[in-house]
Amino acid sequence: MRNPLFFLTGIGYGPAMTTGTMRLEAMKLDCQRGGREVFSGLNFTLEPGEALIVTGPNGSGKSSLLRLIAGLLTPVAGSLHWQGQAAKSVEGWPGHYLHYAGHLMALKPALTVLENVRFWAEFYGRGAKAKGACITLGLENLLDFPVRYLSEGQKRRTALARLAAVPLPLWLLDEPTSGLDRETTERLETLMDRHLKEGGMVIAATHLPINIPGSRALALGEQS
Amino acid sequence: MRLFLNLLRRDVLLAFRQGSASGMTVAFFVITVTLFPLAVGPDAVILARIGPGVIWVAALLSALLSLDRLFQADFEDGALDLLVLSPLLLEAVVIAKAAAHWLTAGLPLLLIAPVLALFMNLDLEAFGILLLSLALGTPALSLIGAVGAALTVALKRGGALLSLLILPLYVPTLIFGVSAIEAAITSSDPVPSLLLLMAVSLVTLAISPIAAAAALRLALE
Repeated sequence: MRNPLFFLTGIGYGPAMTTGTMRLEAMKLDCQRGGREVFSGLNFTLEPGEALIVTGPNGSGKSSLLRLIAGLLTPVAGSLHWQGQAAKSVEGWPGHYLHYAGHLMALKPALTVLENVRFWAEFYGRGAKAKGACITLGLENLLDFPVRYLSEGQKRRTALARLAAVPLPLWLLDEPTSGLDRETTERLETLMDRHLKEGGMVIAATHLPINIPGSRALALGEQS
Repeated sequence: MRLFLNLLRRDVLLAFRQGSASGMTVAFFVITVTLFPLAVGPDAVILARIGPGVIWVAALLSALLSLDRLFQADFEDGALDLLVLSPLLLEAVVIAKAAAHWLTAGLPLLLIAPVLALFMNLDLEAFGILLLSLALGTPALSLIGAVGAALTVALKRGGALLSLLILPLYVPTLIFGVSAIEAAITSSDPVPSLLLLMAVSLVTLAISPIAAAAALRLALE
């Protein structure tokens, strides 16, 4: 079943990503970093249109969880399923399914805002709308500005513009609002809200309060 | 292929925007080679004798100069995470980055080499073979270097270790590269050496992307 607003918004998922059967399922995930157990036996499921806000103190494994879902880390035990299939065996996983925005922003100081956004946008999707995405994030006056001269918040916005440029169903966001002003935080919330309404999924790890209607919370406990 | 070319274009663009990289490699190459006439003395016969070896050794060292940043910049700013997650195979990412390295650090050496060959009083007839040997051999330098760069990507000062890891692996390229030029000077057949040189480059093209990709995945864990 395709997103009904597809023709209106111009944003939609490819044929492989029909929203009807999308479902992310984590089963008894165990994560270890440097021989220390970060979390264990973690279960959750995420359906289209759902957001999961991961909270917890420093070192509780928020970032590790996101990296683990993205496949940058391998769980010690447990498994991750996408549409009932082991995520790793899904064709095109993870590149065609998820956006990972870690706290490192993957921006090149020597390139302009638009060049940075366009590079990643084209890398993750064909015919991506890099310019429109920059405007969504309020970067219209900085398009030809080298990233070197940007403030932290502006850099964060440039990094997040990728999400708006390429429609992928699952967003993994690590502290997405850190360094953002109030107005941009609201822009991001609107962006996430729209993504969810279109049947997307969001997993965000954050310390700062973030306002996404209907989101669920996942609290990772202190394990030390 | 589209992604491959995108990445290649970005890396070459970055090398130009940040300036220095290519310029420094070439300057280092030129200075290293010019040190030899100064150190050995202006005896034309001796210079012609050691010329091919000097040029090739200087090429190895120059290629090494910019290798340590091959993956490190992307590792530090998080771009490597996104490259690993992207639809492009990590092995192809390695080849694209090695190709960008060759274009910005290998090709310039090739262009300046005839001038240096003049410095070293190299036989004019051997110029063609010198260029051919560098053209066939320098891609292997970038590709083998990519493995070393991937292994040392997480180290803050990996440059020295990188040299230790990589220089021994450069030996076959060096031997066949020099022996091709020697053969041309002594008017024997340089083709077998050139073929072996090409074989070395092709073998590294097949093996090193796999090895480097494995090392990068390990570094991100």
